[in-house]
Amino acid sequence: MSITNIIALLVGVTLIGGIAWFFWGPRKSGQRVAVTSSGYQEAMVLVKGGYTPDVIVVQHGKPVRLNFRREETAACSEMVIFNDFGKSAQLPTGETVPVEFLPEKAGEYEFSCQMGMFRGKLIVE
Amino acid sequence: MIETNTQQSQAAVRDPVCGMEINPAQAFATRTVGEETFYFCSERCVKQFDREHAGSATTGTSDAGKLRRIELSVADFDGQQGARRMEEQLRALSGVQQARANPKTKLVRVEYDPSQTRVESIVERARAAGYTLGIATTQVDVQGMHCASCVTTIEEALQRTPGVLTASVNLATQQAHIEYMPGLIDRKGLARAVENAGYQVRAESATAETTLDRADQDRAQEYKTLVRKFWFAALISLPVIIFSYPQFFPGLRDWLIPGSDARRIVWALLGVITIPVMVWAGSHFFTGMWQALKHRQANMHTLIAIGVSAAWLYSTVAVIAPQIFPSQELAEVFYDVTAVVVALVNLGLALELRARGRTSEAIKKLIGLQARTARVVRDGSEVDIPFEEVLVGDTIVVRPGEKIPVDGAVLEGSSSVDESMITGESIPVEKQAGDEVIGATMNQAGSFRFRATKVGKDTALAQIIRLVQDAQGSKAPIQKVVDQVSHYFVPAVMILAVAAAVIWFIFGPQPAIIYALIVFVTTLIIACPCALGLATPTSLTVGIGKGAEQGVLIRSGDSLQTTKRLQAIVLDKTGTITKGKPELTNVVAETSFDEDEILRLAAAVERNSEHPLASAIVEGAKTRNLTLPEITNFNAIPGHGVEADVEEMHVLLGNAKLLEKYAIPVGRLVAESQRLADDGKTPMYIAVNGRAAGIVAAADTVKEESAVAIAALKRLGLEVVMLTGDNRRTANAIGRQVGVDRVLAEVLPQDKAHEVQKLQLEGKKVGMVGDGINDAPALTQADVGFAIGTGTDVAIEAADITLISGSLKGVVTAIEISKATMRNVYQNLFGAFIYNGLGIPIAMGLLYPFIGLLLSPLLAAAAMAASSVTVVTNANRLRGWQPKETQQVKEAQQ
Repeated sequence: MSITNIIALLVGVTLIGGIAWFFWGPRKSGQRVAVTSSGYQEAMVLVKGGYTPDVIVVQHGKPVRLNFRREETAACSEMVIFNDFGKSAQLPTGETVPVEFLPEKAGEYEFSCQMGMFRGKLIVE
Repeated sequence: MIETNTQQSQAAVRDPVCGMEINPAQAFATRTVGEETFYFCSERCVKQFDREHAGSATTGTSDAGKLRRIELSVADFDGQQGARRMEEQLRALSGVQQARANPKTKLVRVEYDPSQTRVESIVERARAAGYTLGIATTQVDVQGMHCASCVTTIEEALQRTPGVLTASVNLATQQAHIEYMPGLIDRKGLARAVENAGYQVRAESATAETTLDRADQDRAQEYKTLVRKFWFAALISLPVIIFSYPQFFPGLRDWLIPGSDARRIVWALLGVITIPVMVWAGSHFFTGMWQALKHRQANMHTLIAIGVSAAWLYSTVAVIAPQIFPSQELAEVFYDVTAVVVALVNLGLALELRARGRTSEAIKKLIGLQARTARVVRDGSEVDIPFEEVLVGDTIVVRPGEKIPVDGAVLEGSSSVDESMITGESIPVEKQAGDEVIGATMNQAGSFRFRATKVGKDTALAQIIRLVQDAQGSKAPIQKVVDQVSHYFVPAVMILAVAAAVIWFIFGPQPAIIYALIVFVTTLIIACPCALGLATPTSLTVGIGKGAEQGVLIRSGDSLQTTKRLQAIVLDKTGTITKGKPELTNVVAETSFDEDEILRLAAAVERNSEHPLASAIVEGAKTRNLTLPEITNFNAIPGHGVEADVEEMHVLLGNAKLLEKYAIPVGRLVAESQRLADDGKTPMYIAVNGRAAGIVAAADTVKEESAVAIAALKRLGLEVVMLTGDNRRTANAIGRQVGVDRVLAEVLPQDKAHEVQKLQLEGKKVGMVGDGINDAPALTQADVGFAIGTGTDVAIEAADITLISGSLKGVVTAIEISKATMRNVYQNLFGAFIYNGLGIPIAMGLLYPFIGLLLSPLLAAAAMAASSVTVVTNANRLRGWQPKETQQVKEAQQ
């Protein structure tokens, strides 16, 4: 095998490893949500290429209100779905849309766009 | 502004209402209109004045002193007691100094300290205590807003306006969202308030604008942009393709010979003109990729962006520094890939977007059903008002051919109403005083007045829309599998593309680097995560919408998927198979009596009774066109029956004990009575002038469509089980009549859920059909609970599927819809998996060693665009689908 081929192989393997680690590797812990004066555990979530923050930590037994604000026009993200809570909301561009629910049991719940391309995680403690 | 204080003034003034001369210092209250101040002698006068000047900004909140005062109109006071309870509830709120509720005027006057509480809290408190406040919400389109400070200006202007509870202005949508009290101010008043603040109000405001409309607008905007981007990229693509392959064009072949300066310059120009294609027409791929990368996620944008930029970068290196390539033929350009891929993918996205807009057409139709205005009786005269301003308790006038604006109960008049848009039943329903009417249904020939019982977001239509939207936003269990796949999909494609490129570079034929690049780009481009992601939700949206059109509300994707797998269906007898209301079935006459005569007398005696058996007899007499004589000396004998004098005859109607009591021999009628009772009917003896005259019997009869619907269910492959509390003999008789497979008789109401569970233990997926209240535990226990709708109450908690029409036909429709929808989902998923499963390996060049097949990136882009469009188009195919068995049931009915 020539030198170029070995280099190409090494570059390829490194790239593959990098891709796998970058997308599937361990993630930093999420953002903890505080209780506001409304009595809700309330947080803003920006919808732009993904959810920011995308890992949200809340406490069980207290109502949660997540205010989604979509700042893009790509149709992919026009809806957010909390399937485990039976909640969904249309997110018109530029509008803040609250999604409210009561997490009763601790655990990890996913939320995503309708097609599952955008995803976030709700960690209930 | 209200000023309930004492202003110093010497001269006596005249109360404008009663005309009495009073000392301003001792006035009960004052009001200021414009420059003029009015003084009032008593509460009555000031109230009268307030009513007359409701629109002219004189009532409502007051800034005088520290305390503020507000008047709330309440729709449903429960007399004095309710009023007192309300006062207590409000006074318990910190900051509320005084609350006085008046059940007659239906107003609550609250004095509160604005530093301690807000109007919203008061309103919330009243609502939490179970009162319906006369509050309407509306949207006003505001024009002329330029900055964020405009928002506060308008909000404050509105909030200062009496009658307005809350106002919030959205700069992005240019809309003000206002909660207000229609008794105190109307939409015109609100518009005036905005105009006074220096802004314009768009005249025909989209009052019922929903987020769906907004989503639609967003989509239309996005579509326009995509189409524009497509045309731009397509236009650039043309020269780029031509000059990239000069060898195919006779004129260019000799001019742009390989290695010539002319060729290099032309190619450099191509590189330059493809920059705007990437930077503008393909900008969303790059921003999309970047935004996703920030979240360590990847999507379709990532793949396209990497693909087109790899092609562009390679080409640009080849143009700028051809000498670094070992041989000249490697210095190729692929600008055409960049331009064409961007063009095609944009076209695909645009087409997909348009097709996706159509998938939610059903719900748009539902929203479009809402009547815009209502003709309401206010202060004795009829006025047309927007439907948002209708309050619970309002009397609404409906004329022939008009739409019924909200839910309610008929007060007077009668008509037939076409309810097909809500229930899916094509036969118009007769409405009389006391009957329930559903908003958005169409009145036909008659006219009537009704009392509004549900308005705004509580109406059946609003609930249906919400349920359908929620359901369309839910996920079928199968989607979870897809989600797992798509989680790994895009990074996996990237890994495969890199691997394929490396393998081609090392083992592939010469020029290896060119092949490696083509394979890399093609693999990235052909992979279509969108087709995968769109497969389930689009079909689900169409299927659930289709259900709503037919009066079948499917609550979630989960219910839809489970319905398809049902093996047995349990039908509650009363109210599901039968009408749930007794009807006259038999009239038996003793010799020397006439059947019609007996029925006429029995109906006459019962005409004023409320008992369901009584009304069955009266209805029976009416269908035989008997005129009922007047009665005297009516007397009800508890536990026995009734007696009365009719046309100088003494008539007794009741059970055997009644005749026994009067020592009347029953004779041969005993056997008849026994036979009728055995058939599950309720016989009643009638005696005339001390002689047994005959029997009238009533029973709960089978609905016309039950037998056909059950036959259809069986054809769909389900085991049909009837569940009833009746004795076995009666149950079997009805079971035979309608043709069920299995009868579960003598089941106590509390054991219904247990019976469902027993069936489930036989290893079957069980559906249960019943009403939403008594059968709630059984509905919950079943794998799929079908609730028979009761008029305007559609949001039945225990049910997975609500049948608004209340007919068994709906169960057939639901099962057919679920089968068709899931079939569509599987087609889509199969298509998407096959497409990606075949497309990606081919793009990687797997077939090259065998048949020499290698895809061009251009072809890959076309295939990718086509695949997602195909998925959505297939889902849209469902829109034209008609439930076959349901159709048959309908035909059999006619």
